[in-house]
Amino acid sequence: MECVFGMVGKGFALVVADSSAVNSILVHKSNEDKIMVLDSHKLMGASGEAGDRAQFTEYVQKNVALYQYRNGIPLTTKAAANFMRGELATALRKNPYMVNIVLAGYDQETGPSLYFIDYIATLHKVDKTAFGYGSYFALSMMDRHYHPNMTVDEALELADQCIDEIRSRLVVAPQNFVIKIVDQDGAREHSWRRTTRD
Amino acid sequence: MSIFEYNGSALVAMVGKNCFAIASDRRLGVQLQTIATDFQRIFKIHDKLFVGLSGLGSDAQTLYQRLVFRHKLYQLREERDMKPETFASLVSAMLYEKRFGPYFVQPVIAGLGEDDKPFICTMDSIGAKELAKDFVVAGTASESLYGACESMFKPDMDHEELFETISQALVSSIDRDCLSGWGGHVYIVTPTEVTERILKGRMD
Repeated sequence: MECVFGMVGKGFALVVADSSAVNSILVHKSNEDKIMVLDSHKLMGASGEAGDRAQFTEYVQKNVALYQYRNGIPLTTKAAANFMRGELATALRKNPYMVNIVLAGYDQETGPSLYFIDYIATLHKVDKTAFGYGSYFALSMMDRHYHPNMTVDEALELADQCIDEIRSRLVVAPQNFVIKIVDQDGAREHSWRRTTRD
Repeated sequence: MSIFEYNGSALVAMVGKNCFAIASDRRLGVQLQTIATDFQRIFKIHDKLFVGLSGLGSDAQTLYQRLVFRHKLYQLREERDMKPETFASLVSAMLYEKRFGPYFVQPVIAGLGEDDKPFICTMDSIGAKELAKDFVVAGTASESLYGACESMFKPDMDHEELFETISQALVSSIDRDCLSGWGGHVYIVTPTEVTERILKGRMD
């Protein structure tokens, strides 16, 4: 019952993901970090098949770094999103990656942006998005309470409302959530929302 | 649910007097869940040629990127834009290349050909062209669209009347289809200008 969601605020973008690693009825760990920091100003929250998630996110991270080494400048968020979509699309008819991605980034010229990339390689630029069973609750909460240009505090309040809703209404709700934020100063872990300690 | 109905889409193109209109819905869904309400399905190839891609969003994006690539190469070699008839043949060939592993899209092509004569066509996912003189439809709402267009269409409408007609046909059809909707996107193309308008329908 993995869940990733994200939203864009005023000058920043937020990504929230659950941190459970589950196999059937067993919870292997509940502090798995599913939001990868791609580079200084990009966050990639991924949900889906655990092996594909780890492999694909690392593959993208290394290729993003390689581009920067070769060309001397970092990829824009849009370019990184399109690169990911291309990789997923190429693999789709051979050996698909079962990974859904929320990509958040901050670019000097265009500000914060958020991209929805599902496992079939559908790419769309959005203001708010969510994946997983939790998306049924998170998207509805965000549809009701989200407005453009929210402050960090307002966005965190909305994220908490989404997490509370998931916790109360999803039958096998994840125990812990991690929140990461990307803004002008970079991409970083913001906080955790725990019910259990690992 | 069929893979063509995974994302949900509705497309229609109509011929008028020295002009054409192409319109689409704006919903991007994942089966029953709506993800976005501003998804772009109609793309400009050049000033007088538009292509709409219904069906699976991912394949629509892939096919669009490949088509832009081919058209840009064509422009470099021929030093001119592609005619709509030629483009339709190109799309048909590209789709048939994947005959045994197809792109899950149904394109709608609309353009102004030689002497600014309007041209529209659609094809199935493996490139069977259907040229029409009046209107073409595609997507999950295609059956409704056929009915709406058949009753509302008149030949030789000017661009304003064409806009009204295509808008009414689109909105009334997508309002009855749960997988497409959230408004409409209409392009009216005349020899001199391109007008883009957003429609508001049942926002569900």
